[in-house]
Amino acid sequence: MDYSQFLMMPQEIGLLLVFLLVFVYDTFMPSRSQRFLPYFTAILFCVFMFLSFIPPQMGDAFGGMFEANPASWMMKNMLNVGVFIVLLQAIKWSNEDFVSVRRGEFYELLLLTLFGMYLMMSARHFLLFVIGLETASLPIAALTAFEKRYYESHEAAAKYIFTAIFSSAIFMLGVSFVYGLAGSLYFNDIAAAVLGQGSSVLLVAALAFVIAGLGYKLSLVPFHQWTPDVYQGAPTAVTSYLSVISKGAAAFAFMVILVQAFGAAYAQVWQWMLYVVIILTITIGNLFAIRQRNMKRFLAYSSISQAGYIMLGVIAASTVGMASMMYYILVYIFSNLAAFGVIAAIERQSGKVTIDDYNGLFRTNPWMAFTMMLAMFSLGGIPPFAGFFSKFFIFVGAAQTGSVAIYVLVFIALVNTIISLYYYLLVVKAMFIRQDDCAIPYIDSHWTEELAMTMCVLAIVAVGLASGIYTFLSQVTDSVSHIFAHI
Amino acid sequence: MNGGLTMNLTLLLYLIPSLIMFGCGVYGFMTRKNMIAIMISLELMLNSIDINFVLFNRYLFPDQMEGMFFTLFAIAIAAAETALALAIIINVFRIAKDVDINKINKLKF
Repeated sequence: MDYSQFLMMPQEIGLLLVFLLVFVYDTFMPSRSQRFLPYFTAILFCVFMFLSFIPPQMGDAFGGMFEANPASWMMKNMLNVGVFIVLLQAIKWSNEDFVSVRRGEFYELLLLTLFGMYLMMSARHFLLFVIGLETASLPIAALTAFEKRYYESHEAAAKYIFTAIFSSAIFMLGVSFVYGLAGSLYFNDIAAAVLGQGSSVLLVAALAFVIAGLGYKLSLVPFHQWTPDVYQGAPTAVTSYLSVISKGAAAFAFMVILVQAFGAAYAQVWQWMLYVVIILTITIGNLFAIRQRNMKRFLAYSSISQAGYIMLGVIAASTVGMASMMYYILVYIFSNLAAFGVIAAIERQSGKVTIDDYNGLFRTNPWMAFTMMLAMFSLGGIPPFAGFFSKFFIFVGAAQTGSVAIYVLVFIALVNTIISLYYYLLVVKAMFIRQDDCAIPYIDSHWTEELAMTMCVLAIVAVGLASGIYTFLSQVTDSVSHIFAHI
Repeated sequence: MNGGLTMNLTLLLYLIPSLIMFGCGVYGFMTRKNMIAIMISLELMLNSIDINFVLFNRYLFPDQMEGMFFTLFAIAIAAAETALALAIIINVFRIAKDVDINKINKLKF
């Protein structure tokens, strides 16, 4: 065996190293230094995050099972930034009394799921992909059940694990049909076999199962029912991780599978499946978000509809679509983490999570209200914040396919953007306009939480204005045009 | 390698029961109220996928072993999933004193 192949996966190896060091610290360090474990993890991860910006050697490894290319490398870096912010937000929470006994497990499982997502994004073989998918989704079930003293946490975990197993069963059934069709699980071999298939019944069934199985992970409508319950019940640190990191990774992997393995069936089969799913996802996510009172449930439905927007990049099935999707995920990471940072800080100190509790927040906690406002503006797509540009690019990316049907789709998405502004501004209205005598008192947030929020706010303002980021992402995706060969 | 799915009778004799098994799993997942029974239904689904892979490998592509290896890994993954799900069910039982999903419904709307 040629061991130099491992040079193509420096990020995976680096992450495993971080995981092992955290594990060793957790296991062998004396208990009085255990409370520095979160700081240790965050610093170690920060070093890893900066080091992984060094471009690795690109190419195929392990007989084509694993592909290192610039797009997946950049995507991993973006997720790293998100995970670093989540780690910062979780420090104070994980040192609290009820959590601190198991805090090592929290960080280890978090890093392991990230490793699974790395594998998902670089896999070019369905076996490696399934292993990555399970490594990414199973530890999250354990993390969801992390708040052991709360009933809600366990209910959410039960719902998550059942839907996760069900969805992977559906997905693997699809993969078994693909195997029967192509006789191989390599994406390239499958692409060659699909090319000669037209739209056979077996191919349509396989694609439907694959899209349904991954749709569960991405919480696309009609596979979204678990999302609000799990988001509400899980600890907020886990919710923010679940809503941005795992969604971003799944979206990227979804796009790679669809364009690389099933590219030849784009026009006839999966474009139309995605078409219906996107319209349902954006609309139903938005309509249900309006009636939510709990902030975490509200953001769950908002993230469902955001997943629909991310899928607009997939349905474009071009390098432009991929660049705009990566840009959208980047902006979405910062906006959603800013919102979850505020929610987590408020929940940790006052235990309040409903929108009505946020009445008059601006009077008592101006900075938090300001952060939340920027997050809502960015999620809603108000210029000049980053969310506006990400929505703009993703609409342009989808519209560039040039078909009338996609124009209609973009129009529906635009109308939904206006609907979504209504409920995002409800939160802003509660914070700034409504008054409440018993508003949440001043929250003394920890400096790590403030650092995380500051990073998010700066990013929301700067990412939109720094046009170089999108240009860079489109250069990156131009260099992976070979995966779009069969479109 | 013949590149496509030629319907041969022996394959169908195994494939149809396997798909019926998957359907039973889905039906059980939708209708059962006991979490353990739901878990059993999920196991049915996962095992029927294993049968599918072995079948396709044995009857359509006997010159290589990819499907068999996928099955081996899928069995291991299914075991990990079951272990985790059972742990969560035990936790739910401890805190709610029940494994009936009609009683585990505080999170809604």
